[in-house]
Amino acid sequence: MPTLQRPTGKGLAAHRRLNFIPPLDQALMREVGTDALNSISTPTVTIGRIRPGRGTAIADFLFRGITRVAALLVLALMAGILVVLFIQAWPALHHFGWKFFTGTDWDPVNVVFSAMPSIYGTVVTSVIAMVIAVPVSFGIALFITQLAPAWLRRPVSTAIELLAAIPSIIYGMWGLFVFAPLFSYIQPWITDHIGDWPIIGGLFQGPPMGIGIFSAGLILAIMVIPFISSVMRDVFDLVPTVLKESAYGVGCTTWEVVWHVVLPYTRIGVVGGIMLGLGRALGETMAVTFIIGNSHTIGESLFMPGNTISSTLANEFTEAIGSMYTSSLIALGLILFFITFVVLAFAKLLLLRIGAREGSKG
Amino acid sequence: MPASAIYLRRRLVNAFNLGISVLATVFGLFWLVWIMWTLVSRGVQWINLALFTQITPPPATPGGGIANAIVGSLLITLVGVVVGTPIGILAATWLAEFGRYSRIATVIRFVNDILLSAPSIVIGVFVYAVVVARFGHFSGWSGGVALAIIMLPVVLRTTEDMLTLVPDQIREAAAALGAPQWRVVITIVYRASLGGILTGVMLGIARISGETAPLLFTALNNQFWNANMGQAMANLPVMIYQFAMSPYENWQHLAWAGALLITLAILVLNLIARLVIRSNTFGT
Repeated sequence: MPTLQRPTGKGLAAHRRLNFIPPLDQALMREVGTDALNSISTPTVTIGRIRPGRGTAIADFLFRGITRVAALLVLALMAGILVVLFIQAWPALHHFGWKFFTGTDWDPVNVVFSAMPSIYGTVVTSVIAMVIAVPVSFGIALFITQLAPAWLRRPVSTAIELLAAIPSIIYGMWGLFVFAPLFSYIQPWITDHIGDWPIIGGLFQGPPMGIGIFSAGLILAIMVIPFISSVMRDVFDLVPTVLKESAYGVGCTTWEVVWHVVLPYTRIGVVGGIMLGLGRALGETMAVTFIIGNSHTIGESLFMPGNTISSTLANEFTEAIGSMYTSSLIALGLILFFITFVVLAFAKLLLLRIGAREGSKG
Repeated sequence: MPASAIYLRRRLVNAFNLGISVLATVFGLFWLVWIMWTLVSRGVQWINLALFTQITPPPATPGGGIANAIVGSLLITLVGVVVGTPIGILAATWLAEFGRYSRIATVIRFVNDILLSAPSIVIGVFVYAVVVARFGHFSGWSGGVALAIIMLPVVLRTTEDMLTLVPDQIREAAAALGAPQWRVVITIVYRASLGGILTGVMLGIARISGETAPLLFTALNNQFWNANMGQAMANLPVMIYQFAMSPYENWQHLAWAGALLITLAILVLNLIARLVIRSNTFGT
């Protein structure tokens, strides 16, 4: 039975990786695994006298029934969220039609709403976050799995994972009051040096305010680094030692082993981890609300203020007057839920695939 | 190209890329240190007795504390834990003990993992539509429900993982002695995985106690003492949000003090979870 495997082995790591446990939990779970086995090996449990009979059958039936209801509640919850959001969003979706997705106006006074500026902000901040976070996470995973001496691995992993434990609102406060003022000094330098490049130059122009789409993307990057790097670290650990040693044996350098052996072998898992991070970045609320500047415009520059779906909700939901306003906001929430659902489902499928491959070998 | 030049180039590429990797790690740790330093340097000077004994002051008034927000946060989190944990554990029990290989269990796991990473603000909107809009006012209860929905998938996932680690032979041994299944689960399987389940709960608490977005639309905030869960309720995250964004200096100071407290609490919770586990593991 696969359940007999020692929990410190690769089987567990594969199992763990498939599931979206936040990185901090994963490290803990690896330890808990041994704990569970150790405590079982001392048989101190007394079951007492048991008389199988009618009562037992009813108790079993009840217990099974209660747990099944709890499990089905998860499905009901997901269905409930989708249905409730859709019903509440329907008036706005029906009233504005496709214009809700394509228009650029967000005008509570004249009751004209469209999701484009918020969708734009959500996508662009997440893309910026990915552009920064993916290479950094790869570097961190490479350092932890291939370079760091054994005594350093654990503290570094833990510290990076603690980034995921800091509440989102703390990132927001730090971003607005500490990072943004400093960044506004750096912005003119960036504008001077990159601002006149062809094509992308325009993205780095504008008033040095410190806040804006770029700053929001950067802070999102810091927030998703622990998620991506821990998935990468776990899949890198799955590469059979024999494979790596063969590559070292024919004279590969560490970098060549990572680039030509480890990365191709773990490709699916790495993409899954990136998707997982993307899912987090898309839905992140408070940090972005603090620093994005909250403006319903699609700025030409990344230094201009903007809005994401989640920041629009956080800012306006409790102050929305009129059913069309509220309905439009809930429609935004539905769009966000749908986008993250698709991204996370994709991530999960990829990670399931690498898990299945690993399982068939073990 | 002569062979030695190729070797040199490969070695240089190797050294350069590995150097970048070290820099990336330093880059990651740099933010952690910077953020923690910011919190300590801006928050620690405002931590005093009044912070824990007095309620939030009116705008532009000196003094005051955040006692009502701390109590409110504890109450709302408590509701979240009390509601979310049992459902999570029971659902995990079904997945691990009864429906382990069934198709519906696969679907539930899939959906649960998506809920685990779903944007918390959408959960807030959902609870607003279902609870707040129905009763017509913000309340501590609705905040607790929102947190429970966020807590549930965390507990479910960690508990199921712990239960599946318990070897089947243990279950079979108990069943062979004539124990009914519910008894096997409660006296054998739960006991064997208790440490892991508790760790999952602790991590769930750490996760929900910093959540701000879902509380904005549910518990909202309250300037005054309020132990009535049926009313809008003060809580640390929303208090921090409103006070930090305010133009009043005293409110901003309270926000920094609250931010330091809540972050320390969450980090300590995480570290305790680790220590408990480690001492258990080494003790046997």
